[in-house]
Amino acid sequence: MFGDYSLGDLGSIFVMQGFAGLILFSVYVLMALGLAIIFGQMGVINMAHGEFMILGAYVTWMTSSFFQSHLPSLFSGYFFLAMILAFIASGALGMLVEWVLIRHLYKRPLDTLLATWGLSLMLQQAYRSVFGAREVGVELPQWMLGSLHVSDSIEVPINGVFVMCLTVLITVGVAYVMYKSRWGRQVRAVVQNRIMAGAVGINTEKVDRYTFGLGCGIAGVAGSAFTMIGSTGPTSGQLYIVDTFLVVVFGGAASLLGTIASAFSISQTQSTFEFFMSGSMAKVLTLLAVVGILMLRPQGLFALKVRK
Amino acid sequence: MVINSRFFNRSELMGFIVLAAVLFVILPLTLDVFRLNLVAKYLTYAFVALGLVLCWGYGGILSLGQGVFFGLGGYCMAMFLKLEASSVENTKIQSTPGIPDFMDWNQITSLPLFWQPFHSLTFTILAIILVPGIFALIIGTAMFKRRVGGTYFAIITQAVAAILTILIVGQQGYTGGINGMTDLRTLKGWDIRPDHAKVILYFVEVVLLFACIGIAQFIRLTKLGRILVAMREQEDRVRFSGYSVANFKIFAFCMAAVFAAIGGAMFALNVGFMSPSFVGIVPSIEMVIYTAVGGRMSIFGAIWGAILVNFAKTSLSESFPQLWLFGLGGLFIAVVLAFPNGLSGLWADYIQPHIDRLFTSRKSKAGWKDNSVADGAPAE
Repeated sequence: MFGDYSLGDLGSIFVMQGFAGLILFSVYVLMALGLAIIFGQMGVINMAHGEFMILGAYVTWMTSSFFQSHLPSLFSGYFFLAMILAFIASGALGMLVEWVLIRHLYKRPLDTLLATWGLSLMLQQAYRSVFGAREVGVELPQWMLGSLHVSDSIEVPINGVFVMCLTVLITVGVAYVMYKSRWGRQVRAVVQNRIMAGAVGINTEKVDRYTFGLGCGIAGVAGSAFTMIGSTGPTSGQLYIVDTFLVVVFGGAASLLGTIASAFSISQTQSTFEFFMSGSMAKVLTLLAVVGILMLRPQGLFALKVRK
Repeated sequence: MVINSRFFNRSELMGFIVLAAVLFVILPLTLDVFRLNLVAKYLTYAFVALGLVLCWGYGGILSLGQGVFFGLGGYCMAMFLKLEASSVENTKIQSTPGIPDFMDWNQITSLPLFWQPFHSLTFTILAIILVPGIFALIIGTAMFKRRVGGTYFAIITQAVAAILTILIVGQQGYTGGINGMTDLRTLKGWDIRPDHAKVILYFVEVVLLFACIGIAQFIRLTKLGRILVAMREQEDRVRFSGYSVANFKIFAFCMAAVFAAIGGAMFALNVGFMSPSFVGIVPSIEMVIYTAVGGRMSIFGAIWGAILVNFAKTSLSESFPQLWLFGLGGLFIAVVLAFPNGLSGLWADYIQPHIDRLFTSRKSKAGWKDNSVADGAPAE
């Protein structure tokens, strides 16, 4: 199959394919970061995570339409405001959900799965009623269109580069919050030993609520970034939820570094396979490999020893 | 193994009689064939729910991949029926007669090797039991021997469901793709489409369902069932007592898989087609919900759950398509938050005591006490 290509062509194909893998990687990381906080740190299986992401995407879409019709002069910068709004909207909804639903279920992780699945169905229907069943796509500002010419045969799309930079920024931000700030220290203390954390004066309920809110808020930002590379429909979130859970589990549930490493390996494997075979078979093989490795090493790539 | 003195206690016996009366007598007499066929479709999920009671309610293993086994059973049956429907006479107009139509559309010119044995009904029936059973055995052994359980197991079974769906949709030439296997006609020359065949198939299915109820009830009452419950409550203590926890979990998971596969095979027969939309993540979670709504601890409750939720789904989505998802989602949340033992839990708490008071006698009190885990009768 390689006979028709020259060596240079093959090189560029691999670079382009690797770049496609990097965009997939960015989406995975953005979605998995929020989930790693919620599932990895809190042990809550949030099946509605995709719907929080889609909420962020819809907020971005509304902001872009608003700017288009009312403030066309500022349109090129709407995205930054949209991202903040998406974070606030998803985060607020997340905190509300934690207060109404999740806090009653911390001792029953499998039941959080069922309840949040119910929530995801309701949110999907709500999106369908409010925004319509058709997918919506945002209009990108002028500077984000087009692509960078790296060499004669290698081109990378600007929006992809932008999403990647955004991913790096958000990841660094989350890592800072979790590992350097006082609040992050409290979160990690609650994860490692809830009772002792409470005993030394940490308000564990408050920490839980804000942690869940933060996870959902990051999902909102992920959705916001997602509009740069794809369109949004009421059920788009569901497409990614299993992949995202696998990324988090594969990385070792409580480890942010593991999440990033596993997102990278899964996305690169998938986009490399895609070059050799059809998209669906690439996906099947990637997922099979992940499930196979998880059967051999159930604790994931980077395991954190936690006393339960 | 020691079996309790009686196979059913009194409230379970009542549940059994009510279910048998409704399924064998009342529904066939009152419903027309179309509605009866719908009930037959709901009952295929009752098989899955029954398996989940054993595996989830008693064993504490939540599998989100029951659709996989339902699908495997269904596809085995559908492959046999499809081969029979694609005889050389029926498929004369194809460029390669004698192979299923979707293979012809996908430029496949000979029957693939793994389709060959499905010419035989005996092999098909064995495959319906063995293929999902062995598949569950492999997954279960790999997971439980390494003490993977709980949420991780749920997520991995979910991933397996996703993989199988993508595979079926992607390999259109071998599986019929997203449309699945349609246009199933005869079983050993006997037409499964006319009304009288539907009625007969309904009764076959109900008989099979009661056979499975018998097996499940037997497992529950033997020492095996008690170990399952003990395992769910305190896994380590069971392990320290010298039992191989993994083997019991594998057994429960395999039983659930086989029940689900029988349900799937009956689905292919009753509904007349099989498609990947009954395999993936969404149907798998819905199957868990039927069990949760009916009562994960109750064999009869789960069956009623499967029937009632599906009935509500059909009638609500016919008349208020907008409301249905809100209703289903709300139902999930309500079941989890407010009544974790489902309808059968409500029945046991609020209705059963009144009935017991009517029949109070010394004997029944004893029977009620020694089976505190079980609660039987359905909520109507």
